Amino acid sequence: MYVAVKGGEAAIANAHRLLADRRRGDRTVPALTLEQIAGQLSLAVDRVMAEGSLYDPDLAAMAVRQARGDLIEAIFLIRAYRTTLPRFAASQPIETGRMRIERRISATYKDLPGGQLLGPTFDYTHRLIDPEMAKDGDVAAAERRETAGDSHAPRVTDILGDEALIEGDGDRAGEAEPADLTRSPLGFPTGRDLRLQALARGDEGFLLALGYSTQRGYGRTHPFVGEVRIGFVDVEVELPEFGFAVTIGRVRVTECQMISQFTGSKEEPPQFTRGYGLVFGQSERKAMAMSLVDRALRADEFDEERRSPAQDEEFVLAHSDNIQATGFVEHLKLPHYVDFQAELELLRRMRREGDRPAEEGDETE
Amino acid sequence: MAEKSASGEAREQANEQHIEARRRAVSAFAQAETDMLARLWEEVGEGRPIAAVRGPEVGLVMVRGRVGGGGAPFNLGEASVTRASVRLGEGTVGHAMTLGRDLERARLAASFDALWQLDAAHRDMVESRVVLPIEAAIAEAETKAREETEATRVDFFTMARGEDE
Repeated sequence: MYVAVKGGEAAIANAHRLLADRRRGDRTVPALTLEQIAGQLSLAVDRVMAEGSLYDPDLAAMAVRQARGDLIEAIFLIRAYRTTLPRFAASQPIETGRMRIERRISATYKDLPGGQLLGPTFDYTHRLIDPEMAKDGDVAAAERRETAGDSHAPRVTDILGDEALIEGDGDRAGEAEPADLTRSPLGFPTGRDLRLQALARGDEGFLLALGYSTQRGYGRTHPFVGEVRIGFVDVEVELPEFGFAVTIGRVRVTECQMISQFTGSKEEPPQFTRGYGLVFGQSERKAMAMSLVDRALRADEFDEERRSPAQDEEFVLAHSDNIQATGFVEHLKLPHYVDFQAELELLRRMRREGDRPAEEGDETE
Repeated sequence: MAEKSASGEAREQANEQHIEARRRAVSAFAQAETDMLARLWEEVGEGRPIAAVRGPEVGLVMVRGRVGGGGAPFNLGEASVTRASVRLGEGTVGHAMTLGRDLERARLAASFDALWQLDAAHRDMVESRVVLPIEAAIAEAETKAREETEATRVDFFTMARGEDE
């Protein structure tokens, strides 16, 4: 008897050729340019950068194009690319208080210093498909209004913090080297530094569902958006060749300060607690979900009972990475012929034994 | 003694000013568009040969944030960067690191750093003809963005309610 042990090379080659053909689509339609993807599908590009954990809009646009718009596939490409590059340095922590703000809102203070700046938001749109989207009509330039000030604004938590009604940012921990899950495997329990790194690259949908679950009662939060801000921050790196920190460019980030239920103890007066979200690109849904989950995962700090999935760090962090998740789920489609044959054989034997009329010898087990 | 420490202080101050000026210049070179750097090098580089010392090479920088915005640092995610070190004909070595994967941008930025260090005359020239125009271009773009954002500011107005006199 002969058993097939290899094959499919021609099928695979042709499948990839077909993939390339389908990716390009109708040749009479112009191909998408990277500028079009980065410029007009910028929020898709931002998601790929955030969850790919690599800030590079051009590269993310290439990945989106190669992946035919499958964003998790694009994130996979970015993750694979980053493993091919050496790491030169770590940046100085970015200063979100010095952000050049493009959008900044607070749901807790109407008149907060710096004001409410709506920016380019989907909020207050009617969420009705615009027939104009089927055409390529002219779009008016954005309205401008002169302003004397710079585009910085104090973080809302610094404003409330002055009254000590809200917990502070915590100890800077002597600027200790933060944990890095790209360098050492995830182990539990984790510090907040490692959790925030994992959440920042975690799947938006997963974090959204977990954040939602805390609102519906699976976890203890009664959150307010202290502030969401989107804008550019400088990236500064201290390089040995200079001997001082230099700005190497700027990145767009979204930051969310979620103010949550207050607690007090014998040592601490009652005060609001906080969850924190920080994400590459413009993604306030992700930043808000992240801040809800960050707060839920701090249950032990506030002596809260951990009863819900969003409070269980092992559950959250072990499943938040969509590349790990898709790898394990999608591997099921790869050949499992031998495994399956073994189970099939076992099942047949069980059936045969079940069909057989009971004989005296069978009863002995 | 007192004089000596005073001159030491002056030296230290001059050194700090020098570092601050170079930090500002290098930060400007790193943020300029490649086209602009190429055009400016054409104008002020006097056709100098640029020899590569290292790179340009692409790598990563781990971008860090702070817990809560102002607390302990954590790793937010990486960014692609390009770094380069070059030597001018005169022997001066310049360095650069820029976000992104544009090799030419890093090479030119390093070249300007070397030119800036050449001597006082070149430094002044690079300051006025390269650093200032780059800073002006950045400021112009930022002003446009700021004014566009400003137009979306919510101006609350108060409505009278009740019978207050």
